[in-house]
Amino acid sequence: MTHNLSSPISEEAIRELKVGDQVLISGKVFTGRDAVHKYLHDGGALPGGVNLDGGILYHCGPVVLKDDNDEWKVTAAGPTTSIREEPYQGDIMRQFGIRGVIGKGGMADKTLAACKEHGAVYLHAIGGAAQVLAECITKVRDVHMLEEFGSPEAIWEFEVKDFPAVVTMDSHGESLHKDILAKSEDALAELR
Amino acid sequence: MSRLRESLVELIRRTSAEIPDDVQSAILRGLKREKEGTIAKSALEIIERNIGLAKSKSQPICQDTGSILFYIDCPVGLNQVGFAQEAREAVKEATKLGYLRQNSVDSITGKNDGTNLGLGSPNLHFHQHAEDDIAVRLVLKGGGCENVGAQFSLPNTRLKANRDLDGCRKVILEAVHQAQGRGCGPGILGVCIGGDRASGYEFSKREFLRKLDDSNPDPKLDELEQDILKTANELGIGPMGFGGKTTLLGVKIGAANRVPASYFVSVSYMCWAFRRHGATLASDGEITGWLY
Repeated sequence: MTHNLSSPISEEAIRELKVGDQVLISGKVFTGRDAVHKYLHDGGALPGGVNLDGGILYHCGPVVLKDDNDEWKVTAAGPTTSIREEPYQGDIMRQFGIRGVIGKGGMADKTLAACKEHGAVYLHAIGGAAQVLAECITKVRDVHMLEEFGSPEAIWEFEVKDFPAVVTMDSHGESLHKDILAKSEDALAELR
Repeated sequence: MSRLRESLVELIRRTSAEIPDDVQSAILRGLKREKEGTIAKSALEIIERNIGLAKSKSQPICQDTGSILFYIDCPVGLNQVGFAQEAREAVKEATKLGYLRQNSVDSITGKNDGTNLGLGSPNLHFHQHAEDDIAVRLVLKGGGCENVGAQFSLPNTRLKANRDLDGCRKVILEAVHQAQGRGCGPGILGVCIGGDRASGYEFSKREFLRKLDDSNPDPKLDELEQDILKTANELGIGPMGFGGKTTLLGVKIGAANRVPASYFVSVSYMCWAFRRHGATLASDGEITGWLY
């Protein structure tokens, strides 16, 4: 089943989503990866203009160039591996009111528990599909902490349209990643 | 810009934006195999669309343009110092042009100076050969797949893996299972049996220079490659770890001598966005042919 999602997202809308659902995301999305997670978890403040309440955080370090008119242009923007943010993600979700995290590879129990309790989902984008996903970014609205963290690690504020992803962790405690891990473990035991 | 530098910028552009034919064919076979209406199928459809878009726009297939690994076979007498300098300048230029992301970070200060230059970046491997021309191959290997590589020291009690090919099979399959979808599967394995901790990984990466549709000249290793490919695709991990029939696209295994006390199996995992190209160059640096 395909759902359309756009931020700000209500808790009710999130609770309707189930593992395996495909979603098309539109509206505002903020990027944040390793440096941002550590910074926020250490008590760092969100820069002015960044509001994550009901929002979507994208684990992504894009390639962004300035075009001839001095405007930012995203030339590649697929997801990065999310599990590195596992120590921080759950707390950051709750603290800033995040409803959706886009990334790849899935996350673990701490984040899954936060998704259930706070009402959030993990949205798996296609790793490596940097061009298809960059095409869904219609505008770069702003960039924050570019100087401190460098381009891949900065907080980029994107406007996106019909950005495709799959719900692989929902707000009901289900995780496709746990499920596949267990099934492949059994298959491996047979084939080993 | 020197002729050599221009050629190397073109090699970087092509490697970053165009998937090699052998890899694309393997992805298309995977796409045909997956069931209609599954998220595995839809993942591979997006991947296929992405390959086409990157090529037509001449932009990176994946935003993580990865570790920059050059393998240079050169004639005796080539000025390696000069070549290395041109390669570094080509990397800087390709970064400005957006073929490479600003991807190299000082490990101590955390600073990214945006040039992609530093100790180990780019990584240049020179080998002399008895030919007159220069063959330069480039692999761009993203961090997501690099992070799921694994090295095992045999015997391994937990996995019941002894110092034989069956033991190797067990630990290689374990590496695939541990990786799940995190290395951006369907993946390709480069494996080295033997060597030391450093050379084992080094040789495992060299296996990525082989074409996916070649056969291993060693019949025992050829059999092992095919067995692991088949078995891994029965694990149900699938593209991106979404479940499905396509967990791996290829397996390449080599062997290096070891000391009696050590028996390492080093497994490097390559994502579906397998960026590898190569060119032959004339002595003035002009491209005379493509290798993949």
